[in-house]
Amino acid sequence: MKKEPHIGLFIPCYVDQFYPQVAIATLELLEKLGCKVSYPLGQTCCGQPLANAGYERDTEGSSLHFIKLFEEFDYIVAPSGSCVLHVKEHFPNLPGKEMSAISIQKKIFELTEFLTDVLKVGNLKGAFPKKVGYHSSCHGLRGLRLASSSELNIPHFNKAKQLLTNLDGLEWIELSRSDECCGFGGTFAITEEALSVQMGKDRLADHLSHEVEVLTGGDLSCLMHLQGIASREGQKVEFMHVAEILNQAIR
Amino acid sequence: MSHPKAAAEFLKDQANSQWHDETLWMIRDKRDTSSKSIPEWEKLRNLASDIKDNVLSNLDQYLEQFESQALKNGIKVHWAKDAKEHNEIVLRILQEKNCEAIVKSKSILTEECHLNPYLEKHGIEVVDTDLGERIVQFLHQPPSHIVMPAIHLKKRDISALFHEKLQTEKGNEDPTYLTNAARLHLREKFLGAKVAITGVNFGIAETGEFLVCTNEGNADMGVHLADTHIACMGIEKIIPRRKDLGVFLRLLARSATGQPITNYSSHFRSPAEGKEIHLVLVDNGRTRQLAREKFKNSLKCIRCGACMNTCPIYRRSGGFSYGSTVPGPIGSILSPGLDMKKYSTLPFASTLCGSCSDVCPVKINIHEQLYEWRQEITKHHGAVGKGLSMKLASGIFKSPLAYQFSGSLMRKVIKSLPKIVIYNPLNSWGKSRNLPEVPKESFQEWYKRNRHE
Repeated sequence: MKKEPHIGLFIPCYVDQFYPQVAIATLELLEKLGCKVSYPLGQTCCGQPLANAGYERDTEGSSLHFIKLFEEFDYIVAPSGSCVLHVKEHFPNLPGKEMSAISIQKKIFELTEFLTDVLKVGNLKGAFPKKVGYHSSCHGLRGLRLASSSELNIPHFNKAKQLLTNLDGLEWIELSRSDECCGFGGTFAITEEALSVQMGKDRLADHLSHEVEVLTGGDLSCLMHLQGIASREGQKVEFMHVAEILNQAIR
Repeated sequence: MSHPKAAAEFLKDQANSQWHDETLWMIRDKRDTSSKSIPEWEKLRNLASDIKDNVLSNLDQYLEQFESQALKNGIKVHWAKDAKEHNEIVLRILQEKNCEAIVKSKSILTEECHLNPYLEKHGIEVVDTDLGERIVQFLHQPPSHIVMPAIHLKKRDISALFHEKLQTEKGNEDPTYLTNAARLHLREKFLGAKVAITGVNFGIAETGEFLVCTNEGNADMGVHLADTHIACMGIEKIIPRRKDLGVFLRLLARSATGQPITNYSSHFRSPAEGKEIHLVLVDNGRTRQLAREKFKNSLKCIRCGACMNTCPIYRRSGGFSYGSTVPGPIGSILSPGLDMKKYSTLPFASTLCGSCSDVCPVKINIHEQLYEWRQEITKHHGAVGKGLSMKLASGIFKSPLAYQFSGSLMRKVIKSLPKIVIYNPLNSWGKSRNLPEVPKESFQEWYKRNRHE
């Protein structure tokens, strides 16, 4: 008989530091769904900010460290599309460790796709009676294909929607621009500050004009950016990660 | 000017930048509707991509085939290794014909080669006959978009410009009225030009013919009235067979504007009795790009402009913010190949959102190439500025202890600093955004307390 799969919980650095409640929600949610989850201590950053800034070659150390921490697990799950995409696609050349890198890249999943594609959860029982606006983060959307992007002529799907619309009372809000970028973009948020903020304001306005009560998404980097603008502007909209909604709704 | 500076300038006029964003989004929307009316759209994109891959892998052979077929058809073929040679060839033909005024339909290649100023310097009057191009030419501006050169201007700008240049009624912004005025003005120029210059959308290796696609019919009007047609073509514009057009023509206009096809898709094969066709085949850095494994498929581009219309950056920063002949995402992967230093900020003018790659009708992995250009450009930055802070960060992320220490230190520092320090004008994050509230402990600390045996 196959032993119970062991899941390594990968918590991106800024989630660890700024959003511990989302990491806790992710852990609890997976446990509620019957998973055996461990969080290997000593996690740092996956190297994404460096790589996207043009310094992928300097991420050898963090990548080898990542492999060492997670190699033993059957699956690696993280509540962040962009960090998962980084590990999947942007590890640098790791001489002698190529096979380990490939094995890591095959077993790493963003939380929602792990729930829909690996656990194949069907009927989630719970309630979340709110108007929910979903921000499709670009790396999850067009990198991991967590949903059909609006540019492509393919059948519509959205893994987070598939999960969230299970919940009683949850009203899924369709936006005017279903999947435009919020303008976070890592160092872009700093180097192109004016554009980044404008894009964030526009995205936020789309949600607000549809009277969204809770703005959710699978990437806290985008949500942090949008929340930063909303809070500066005194907007009342609440921000929650998909993991928080699911964990709160499912008893 | 760097892209961030130019973008910030553009955004200062909020109403205008919002209008620009919405106008281009409307075109992206039309493209979506149009592409989704074709069930086999994604199959077409795959086919187009494969055909162009094949072309790029066998470009030498296709070019020779194309040349020999064109020669058989009576076309005079010229080869230009760079912009300078291209311009000299065109000028030489004009001088041979004693031609002092030409009409030219839209050609991004001639923009890239800066043909207009070169010819004007040699005493030749150049009239761009595409309406949008004529408008920016009047303003001494380059096009701000490769398909819609004057998309940055509003009706009232055109009205004021035409009042000054074409003596139209002051304040009359009626598009039909203004277009008519341009039409009359251009008609005169068409009739007076002995030579017409056009670009080329597709060169067909099999037959030696080439295609020029326009909506206004201005290329045809110019060519049919002139004795000599000079067509300027980048060497990557080759397609193998005439039947491949069935793929590309279906994709081109739908991607560009949402139209099923351009109003005019004109085939030019042989000169009419007593007339001449000259074809100038231009390299200008293309073979260099072809040799770059990671970037060569940028040459698959058919110049539809869809990546500009979809790009959230382009829509909000305008075409001029890029400072390159081809703006937007595709320009940001082509331009560094021409001059990496000059265009070093362009690959960073992106969130890597990937929308450009998903709209691209020939499936160029634009956002992945933006990422790759970043890796190249930083090699030349040295250990200053961003380089240095990133090196520090890479040291931290390699070592869990250093990371934990700096992380908890960072949280404490942020917590204890007065708001005025965090949100000072030098802090780009805090100018218009608040920071998240700082939690008491990290997840790592929580986990150790609650779960760790």
